[in-house]
Amino acid sequence: MTSIEMGQPPVQEDQPSLLHRSTDAVLRRLRLAESLTAYALAGPGVVLLLTLYILPVAGVLFIAFTDWQFGAKTLSFVGLRNFAELFADSEFRKVLANTAVYTLIVVPGTIVLSLAVALVIESGQTMRAFYRAVHFLPYMATLAAMAITWEALLHPTVGLLNQLMTAAGLPTANWLRDERTVLPILAVIGIWQNLGFAMVLILAGLAAIPRDLYDAADVDGIDVWFERLRLITLPMLGPVLMFVVIVVTLHALKVFDTVQVLTQGGPNHASDVLLYTLYRESFQYLRTGYGAAVTVVFLVIVMALTLIQARIMDRKVHYQ
Amino acid sequence: MKHCRLSFRTLGRHGFLAITTAFVIVPFIWMVSLSLKPPEEIFQASFSLLPQSWHATQNYIRAMTASPLPRFMLNGVFICAVIVVFQILICAPIAYALAKLRFPGRHVFFNLVLVSLLIPSQVLALPLFILAYQLGLLNTYAALVFPFVVSPLGIFLFRQFFNTISDDIVHAARLDGMSEFTIVWRIMLPMAVPALIAFSIFSVVGHWNDLFWPLIAVRSQELMPPPLGLMAFKNEDTGIDYGPLMAGSTIVVAPLVLVFLLAQRWFIEGLTSGGIK
Repeated sequence: MTSIEMGQPPVQEDQPSLLHRSTDAVLRRLRLAESLTAYALAGPGVVLLLTLYILPVAGVLFIAFTDWQFGAKTLSFVGLRNFAELFADSEFRKVLANTAVYTLIVVPGTIVLSLAVALVIESGQTMRAFYRAVHFLPYMATLAAMAITWEALLHPTVGLLNQLMTAAGLPTANWLRDERTVLPILAVIGIWQNLGFAMVLILAGLAAIPRDLYDAADVDGIDVWFERLRLITLPMLGPVLMFVVIVVTLHALKVFDTVQVLTQGGPNHASDVLLYTLYRESFQYLRTGYGAAVTVVFLVIVMALTLIQARIMDRKVHYQ
Repeated sequence: MKHCRLSFRTLGRHGFLAITTAFVIVPFIWMVSLSLKPPEEIFQASFSLLPQSWHATQNYIRAMTASPLPRFMLNGVFICAVIVVFQILICAPIAYALAKLRFPGRHVFFNLVLVSLLIPSQVLALPLFILAYQLGLLNTYAALVFPFVVSPLGIFLFRQFFNTISDDIVHAARLDGMSEFTIVWRIMLPMAVPALIAFSIFSVVGHWNDLFWPLIAVRSQELMPPPLGLMAFKNEDTGIDYGPLMAGSTIVVAPLVLVFLLAQRWFIEGLTSGGIK
């Protein structure tokens, strides 16, 4: 690494050799000065990252292996007991299953719908900005506030949905109080919220597909819309779609606001999900060891997905 | 013939998008619609978009007075502003050091940022709650702000942007006798305005909308940010008098929606920049 690359004041290479020793000394002093400046600039950030990110994670891992209760003066190591208790607990197994079901509805639903919306928006020239903006609205609107609106929409007697169902001669339901409907309905709200986010990423991916490919397809006589989609658009969109799948999965695994506002995990734990359990055990029941174990399970799942995502991102960068 | 097919396609396009637009926008319309209606019309089995007798003033006044909603809104503005200012003050210098300076430990520092970027904030809630309790911060503004004063995403985005700024500019500034601190604030940050705006939007939208951490950190109504305040209002408001509740929701959602409509491109860029997370 030369001094010029290091961002130092340039040192002429054709300096007389007599000066080499003193130049070395100057360089060393400059390098030291640069390091000290760097530590001064990075210091606060590094200290805060350690205090607010790294040490807390270490702390939660530590607590998960103890019997510590919030406020207690003593603690002892219990090994894997918290985790054993967690996975022996049929309620927690239900929580994992609910989270999985919710995610398995939200992710495909969001991807298929956002892909369709993005392709249809791209297929014409008019009102593109309008459609893009409208579909993006739910992603930035305060979810807690919008959840209250959803509650009104889903209200068993005065809600719009049941009024429409009645008008269409379909059976109505108490959507949020029925064990069979509550999770799918929450998932629909999840799709509603994530749709615009996924759409924007897919639109960016579509814009990056070289026009030449479509021109070449025209020359080859591939002019059927579906064939162009199958042979060019979807393969070229592959990495973007993989990325969107993982980000939306992460969003789905973090569902909390709608559960907290609308169902509080009910009825009969039918909408109990991972983060809601984490919140309830850690902060309402103050079962700290158990809560920490739930947190660790959540962390492991999220980390695994994020690392897969980083892999995909890496590969994408290498291909470019 | 071709013309016929084209217009059929256009019709299909707008037809499909009209349906998805309806799905997306009905909750917003319903929210505003209910916020204008008197209770007896909300309870009517039939529905109309606009009320027969306007009850907007009563609903909005009730929302603003029955709960400390103006206070919630001010809390939200205050909390978001303090968080974003801290984030910029702390992230810009470290991002500059990582992008433009060479020093031992640079890779360790950058890996620290990347690892922090992987950690979802909900995982930090329990230990930070205990920390806040030990420091006596629970139920204060400080509790709402301190977990977010440094943002790994902020460091990452600023570093990326600073990397694209030519080293020559930094060298020129040094030759002019500027200190590295001055270079960060007077040269780099003004040039990084796009990254600054995108990140600020990401941060402000995220913290304005956050329910999870405020729910844990504060109990007193005077400290609540809008989403938590709205929940408190909902819980004490017995029955299903949705009018004032919807008025309150509209007031909480409106600022972001209005700014979004004015600065769509920035919003979309800012909110998807978190996608790398």
